[in-house]
Amino acid sequence: MHLMGLAGMAGMLPGSLHATAKQPRDIYETPAFGNVCLMHITDCHAQLNPIYFREPNVNLGIGAALGNPPHLVGNALLQQFGIEPGGRAAHAFSYLDFATAANTYGKVGGFAHLASLVKRLRAERGDGNSLLLDGGDTWQGSGTAYWTRGMDMVQACNLLGVDIMTGHWEFTYQDSEVIDNIGAFNGEFVAQNVKVTEEALFDYKFSEFDGFDEDRGLAFKPYTVRSVNGVRVAVIGQAFPYTPIANPQRFIPDWTFGIRDEQMQAVVDRVRGEEKPDLVVVLSHNGMDVDLKMASRVTGIDVIFGGHTHDGMPAPSVVENRSGKTLVTNAGSNGKFLGVLDLDVRNGKLQGYQYRLLPVFSNLLPADAEMQAHIDKVRAPYLEKLQEPLAVAGETLYRRGNFNGTFDQVICDALTTVNDAQISLSPGFRWGTTVIPGQTITMEHVMDQTCITYPETYRREMSGADIKAILEDVCDNLFNPDPYFQQGGDMVRLGGLDYVCDPRQSFGKRISSMSLDDGTPIDAGKQYMVSGWATVGSQSPGRPVWDVVADYLRDQKQVKLKKLNTPKLVGMEGNPGLADYPAS
Amino acid sequence: MAKKSIKVRAKHKDGVTTVKALMTHPMESGLRKNSKGEAIPAHFIQEVVCEVGGNMVMNAHWSGGVSKNPYLSFKFDGGQGQTLKLTWTDNKGESDSIESAIG
Amino acid sequence: MNNLRRLILKGSMAAGTLGVAAGAGLLVPSQALAAWPKEAFGQKTLDGALSVLLGSDEMGESADVSIKAPEIAENGAVVPVTVTASMANVESITIAAPNNPAPLVASFDFASGAHGYASTRIKMGKSGDVIAIVKADGKLYSARKNVKVTIGGCGG
Repeated sequence: MHLMGLAGMAGMLPGSLHATAKQPRDIYETPAFGNVCLMHITDCHAQLNPIYFREPNVNLGIGAALGNPPHLVGNALLQQFGIEPGGRAAHAFSYLDFATAANTYGKVGGFAHLASLVKRLRAERGDGNSLLLDGGDTWQGSGTAYWTRGMDMVQACNLLGVDIMTGHWEFTYQDSEVIDNIGAFNGEFVAQNVKVTEEALFDYKFSEFDGFDEDRGLAFKPYTVRSVNGVRVAVIGQAFPYTPIANPQRFIPDWTFGIRDEQMQAVVDRVRGEEKPDLVVVLSHNGMDVDLKMASRVTGIDVIFGGHTHDGMPAPSVVENRSGKTLVTNAGSNGKFLGVLDLDVRNGKLQGYQYRLLPVFSNLLPADAEMQAHIDKVRAPYLEKLQEPLAVAGETLYRRGNFNGTFDQVICDALTTVNDAQISLSPGFRWGTTVIPGQTITMEHVMDQTCITYPETYRREMSGADIKAILEDVCDNLFNPDPYFQQGGDMVRLGGLDYVCDPRQSFGKRISSMSLDDGTPIDAGKQYMVSGWATVGSQSPGRPVWDVVADYLRDQKQVKLKKLNTPKLVGMEGNPGLADYPAS
Repeated sequence: MAKKSIKVRAKHKDGVTTVKALMTHPMESGLRKNSKGEAIPAHFIQEVVCEVGGNMVMNAHWSGGVSKNPYLSFKFDGGQGQTLKLTWTDNKGESDSIESAIG
Repeated sequence: MNNLRRLILKGSMAAGTLGVAAGAGLLVPSQALAAWPKEAFGQKTLDGALSVLLGSDEMGESADVSIKAPEIAENGAVVPVTVTASMANVESITIAAPNNPAPLVASFDFASGAHGYASTRIKMGKSGDVIAIVKADGKLYSARKNVKVTIGGCGG
């Protein structure tokens, strides 16, 4: 496969983000290239309406990942991809000067605006010459998705014309709901790495489901082949490999996941042998580091369209393996971007490509009327609840980053205050929208940050040793030098607890000097009252976390954090995945 | 122990029979404690025996370290048209067995 | 068959185990059954358990033994383990988890044309190796695979 060289790389950014010879009509004008266009959205987390989303200032790369995409933030990221600081593109791809830039450029995403962009590209590329792929995390993340059990998003994806999807948070609904939603989805759901357990096969309750393959034990169709402008494109699905570990197994007891890269190789070989495709792509929810490793081990894949880790990467990474090269992309989150990969496929081979990760700026794209009508309709029954004003943001409230974001701190402070605890724990999810200073925090914002199918809170005693064990466990999921052991979330968020973290150390040795907010060292043998939410093992007894956070916010007129419980970092000096970090 | 505690599927293909069995049993190791801190008594399957045509094919010995509602799979040569008998016995002396035609 | 006979002898030496089993009304098949090796299962160390069960803890890692288990367990209480031994004359497969309080988990004795293959689910309290020990032609062979057991959560 011949890939465009570095000169081509510069051309992968939206036209107007660069000084180009010919002035384009707008930032969405992309020159025609090749004969196949694959559009990609991922991790929209059910954000139907335009939102703000701040990219991270902490996304540390450890070991071989140090200094390589996606582990670049702020100016280091802009420099890597040749993006001018201070402009619209810099705002889209970085956290820099976020509040001011957000005021200047407005909100991002929104399915009605995304729909306009997709329709425009489809028309420009010509009827039947494109596919729209969705990497998953589509049915979860908003109040309406929760209340409709993801069905509002299935319908929105049908209107958007999503051709093929895979999943992760989709599997946090009950298994029967997953099957029903896939049934209502007009496209195809693919996942080569989800099997029915041997135990469940004795009496499998979804044996009538279309995608089930009893002989191979597969729960879903592993791949599909579509003809695009006469080119045979095989799309293999890779669902999030660690779903039953990172999320409750109890909703999906019959399904077992895993990276299964040997099985991926077998599927690629089978597809190439039996289907004679011109192009083989993987629609992946592995997370970018896992995709990069998989691309180095599995041969015969032309492109991996990646998600999960919410990395808005302006250009693909090119990974060499034993038989060729594989492009690995990652298309950000929350509906903020549309990945557009134009491919030149001739003589059964990929000859060249052009990639753009287009930021969806809501005020540059008209709202598609049909999609807007759907959004208004699904929101109507819940509108009053969603729009309840709770407090006003006194600073930018965000989540994304390896350690506590400011909105996480609000959640943690709510848990310690409302539930009368010394320490609070909140999961390091990567979704959750941003609120800018002066904006009214509504119930919708709280739902955007907390909306899961296992929202129950707890308040219980834990020993200092138990708390350390949790921190070490999650820290290894994040900083294990082997990407196949990384689960793609961020570090557990803490309230009332400080610590020192050395990401370079091995399991059990990264966390030290734990202390309460007043400086009292944590005693391994002593009991502490801890409050948290999102327990994976079993259902917690307390109220849903959004009610706890709403209670807390109603008591505050203006939200201004007293303190951000973010760890002191050791050995991270000069790491380009770290900038503007307060505690080091 | 309730009857019908065993599900078994035995399939013959190319001269080899593959047996897959699922048993309903708490498999308490005796090492766990309840919420009051009292030891939960051991109660687990110790032995599983598979016979085909009166000949023993497989004899498994288990500790309480095998998972609750245990799954077991093994293979043997032949078996076509024969009947398989699978029996478990636990540490309390309870047992159950099932006979199944090899398909 | 030697293996089964040896286990019977061992069982009868271990304080009345055989007697208890017989008294409990075991459904004894046409061939003599090995008793449940109580002493081996009670050992706190892997070496101890293997010495008692198999008469030796001397074994070499072998490429003819393959062990399939997840890199990260989806549930530490249910870790799928499948052992395949491709050498001839496999008499038994033993599965152990050295980090468990009782390392010896399961042992499968084969006869009458059974293959060197066993698949089951085991409990693992914490991260560690799963070890498969295969006895074939009187010799012991082994393979191991590390399985990480996590607290879980916080992903996504």
